[in-house]
Amino acid sequence: MSARALLLYLASMSVAFAEPIVIGSKAFAESYILAEAGAQLLESKGYEVDRRFGLNGTQIAFGGLENGRIDVYPEYTGTITEVILTRPELTELEEIRAALDARGLLLLDPLGFNNAYAIAASVVSSERLSLQKISDLVDAPPLRIALPHEFMNRRDGWPGLQAHYGFERDADGIDHSLAYEAINTDMVDIIAVYTSDGQIVQSDLVILDDDLEFFPRYLGAFLARQEIDPGVLQILETLSGRIDDQRMRELNFEVLNPEVSYAQIATTFLRDEGLIAESDEGPTALSNLVKNTQRHLKLTAIALILAIIAGVGIASFVYPHRRLADVFLYFTGLLQTVPSIALLALLIPFVGVGQTPAIIALFLYSLLPIARSTITAMLAIPPGYRQVAAAMAMTRAQEMKYVLMPLALPHVIAGIRTAAVISIGTATLAAFIGAGGLGDPIVTGLALNDSNLILQGAIPAAVLAILTELMFGAIERSLVVPHMRGSARAT
Amino acid sequence: MAEFAAELSNVRLQRGDVVALDGVSLALPSGRTTAILGASGSGKSTLVQLIIGLLSPDQGTVATLGNPLPAENLAEIRKRIGYAIQEVALLPHMNIRENILLPARLSGWSDKDKEVRLKELLQLMQLPGSVLDRYPHELSGGQQQRAGLCRALVLRPELLLLDEPFSGLDTMTRRSIHAQFLEMREKIPISIVLVTHDPEEASRLADFMVVMRGGQLQQFGTVQAVLDQPANDYVRDLCTGLAEDLE
Repeated sequence: MSARALLLYLASMSVAFAEPIVIGSKAFAESYILAEAGAQLLESKGYEVDRRFGLNGTQIAFGGLENGRIDVYPEYTGTITEVILTRPELTELEEIRAALDARGLLLLDPLGFNNAYAIAASVVSSERLSLQKISDLVDAPPLRIALPHEFMNRRDGWPGLQAHYGFERDADGIDHSLAYEAINTDMVDIIAVYTSDGQIVQSDLVILDDDLEFFPRYLGAFLARQEIDPGVLQILETLSGRIDDQRMRELNFEVLNPEVSYAQIATTFLRDEGLIAESDEGPTALSNLVKNTQRHLKLTAIALILAIIAGVGIASFVYPHRRLADVFLYFTGLLQTVPSIALLALLIPFVGVGQTPAIIALFLYSLLPIARSTITAMLAIPPGYRQVAAAMAMTRAQEMKYVLMPLALPHVIAGIRTAAVISIGTATLAAFIGAGGLGDPIVTGLALNDSNLILQGAIPAAVLAILTELMFGAIERSLVVPHMRGSARAT
Repeated sequence: MAEFAAELSNVRLQRGDVVALDGVSLALPSGRTTAILGASGSGKSTLVQLIIGLLSPDQGTVATLGNPLPAENLAEIRKRIGYAIQEVALLPHMNIRENILLPARLSGWSDKDKEVRLKELLQLMQLPGSVLDRYPHELSGGQQQRAGLCRALVLRPELLLLDEPFSGLDTMTRRSIHAQFLEMREKIPISIVLVTHDPEEASRLADFMVVMRGGQLQQFGTVQAVLDQPANDYVRDLCTGLAEDLE
């Protein structure tokens, strides 16, 4: 692709991504379904939607909302009071809304379900020991209790619950996903669950009533920026009250079926509710692939072009000064050792989530191989060439054009090639901070344990890396005379 | 034309801890060939690099083609100088035609002028036209050195600075290139400074001889004068090939 075609392509991309509604989701199935339902509903009303799904953690999702890179995402009242506002005393919706108002945010009417911690007993144990509510645990005989590790240590988990109800019982730690297996096979009597867990649908469980009201409520609701288009809010509010606990469990249960994607589940739900027409199609795998690939190329191309300009520019400036070159290579080398996911996370406080931090991170990773190979190549040029160039009265620019760049070019191309291939790979991680690209299906697939989805990102990313390698081979063949080719392979 | 191709007056130059030149004064006559003879580290290459302004003296003065250096118009002066070195430094990404004509291209010559000059130079240096489309690594050492001389001569310089251009060549090739060198000297009135560590080469090709040792001038005179009346034992030993530090 010529430089001009590339620029035109980038320009068209930036137009295509102008001003859509940006919807985020966290990295678990329920959040994906809710966000996707909202996205499809908006798209059916003619809005353009940019999906930033799979944001890893409340800090990233909420951070994106606060700095305006995300317009709306599904959140929980309990998370808002406990984690975001750190004011657990707020319980009423109006109090929470008032506190959010001060931060420029608004909470839509809840969707209708509560995704809180709950204590569940197997039907067998419940009947045998007549367990109906949590206070029944106080006087019950010894029980086999298995709890998720984090629940064992949280203030709003097991220790707080025991203090609140006034009992003390031993419990074993267990992975959340294994707890259902354990109770279904009657290995334990009591587990902790989320009230909207899909597995509840196919397990014979009794959820014990929280009769002394210990657990805070985690009502699902869309959290939005106040600057958002009011029309968007109106559309999203049509979802309010439509998803009760049972419905949410069923939707979460469907995701466990690897044959069905969360997008299809959201489509079916919206159709069942009569919110979209039968003919409305969700995004197809192909359109997603095209969109993700475009975004992936956009991120890496912008980062790479900037890194080439900066890397070659800085290298030509610092290479005559040996110490400066060493210092520069040392620091870019240090940057390279920062794990990519850590670098992405470190950038969030400064530039938020989305494409900007992804481009910055990819830029920093590309800088070293490009600058290093350029500096090394310049230093490796025998001094005789420079003497002859000076004796020919070449200007600095002429020396660069006729002598230094052509001699350094094979090495520089090798450095750019390495940087490009690294970037294609690293860009998949950008999806963790909502930058999109081919990492999107990978992150989603990991979160939903859907290997089909993982492959939809992994295979095109691998193909893209191979194509990039081949493309640079072609570039080298067109720019470098045969006997100077392949003399350099950047490490 | 200036009376002297290059004039050095009481030049001192230190490179790192080493005194490369110490109190050297020289006036190299125009239109003649001067050989600078010395062993490695004698400062002979440093002299040439001072003359073309690649180095500047710590003390003393240098004037090239009548212009005191450093000069505002150094680029203009350099265009009147041809420069060839032992490693030749033909650019590997250009073919021989492009290499030879690069100075003309930088000076904005027309294609016609370039072709005419190219023909003259090939004839002068006895290079076959078939080498023009080849790349430097496809040529023999002697052909590369001839191409390097063509490049040095392309702008019709007044002064030709040659830094051991024939040192890497085998004896036969060197003989034949010496013959062409002498022929060239006959045809074009040009000032030449030839750096060499070979007394035979110096005496065969040059009119004047400068003998250097450890950055100090030992003797400067016509070839005949230096050979007949060496200023000291070192010069005598050097000229008879007996000096121990000779390569």
